[in-house]
Amino acid sequence: MASSEIYRYLSIENREIGLDPEGFLVDMGDWSPAVAEALAAEEGRILTEDHWEVIEVLRDFYSRYEMAPAMRPLVKSVGLALGAEKGKSLHLMRLFPDSPAKVGARLAGLPKPANCL
Amino acid sequence: MSGQETHDLEARDPDSVVDNSVTAGDLLVILRHAPHGSSWLREGLDTALVAAAFGQRVTLLFAGEGVLALLTGQTAGPLGQKGTHGVIDMLAMYDIDTLMVDGRALKSRGLCTDDLMLPVTLVEADGVVSLLQSHRLVLNF
Repeated sequence: MASSEIYRYLSIENREIGLDPEGFLVDMGDWSPAVAEALAAEEGRILTEDHWEVIEVLRDFYSRYEMAPAMRPLVKSVGLALGAEKGKSLHLMRLFPDSPAKVGARLAGLPKPANCL
Repeated sequence: MSGQETHDLEARDPDSVVDNSVTAGDLLVILRHAPHGSSWLREGLDTALVAAAFGQRVTLLFAGEGVLALLTGQTAGPLGQKGTHGVIDMLAMYDIDTLMVDGRALKSRGLCTDDLMLPVTLVEADGVVSLLQSHRLVLNF
């Protein structure tokens, strides 16, 4: 879960966005596509259409269930929303290397998934 | 208890029909507390999600006050805390789709499967015994 303590700030669009020690937003309301791009840039990623559609799935998941998904449900919901071809862990690993559930949740402005592996 | 009822939900979804075969799995989580008031229900559900995220086959048994967790029309608590209905709704995304309900607990509260938000399988006393026997691990919440 996101901690409520601001560890550092991300400057974007003349705003100071509070981040926790792991780089997750402290206030989810701060999120905007520009924030996602800035967070991605910190990790040396450039967000493509493929990334955005997964970020959208993640945000939909949270707004519906009030929880950031772990890997398994993320794969399942991406498959449901974007088709079986994309609902594969390989596809997500390519987009968000290391830990798609965690990296994706961070870029989507969600808390860290509680059951993240 | 009858699987022949004409309710649309039951007719549509085979999962809600009473099933006498033994349901087996790795973990059985028994939920005996209502939403809000205590964190028992949430703790039990969280445990089930963790197990499922690790690929365990999880069965949930709603017993006693726990059957209230499945009621439709739930909202956040008066203090604005998250409810558990979002988690119940999410179970399918974690491949937790074996939801058992103690039929007697449901009936004694004047409820029936139509009042529940998901299709469930009703179990009676004997069924509970075989559920307990057919799971490697049983956790009580």
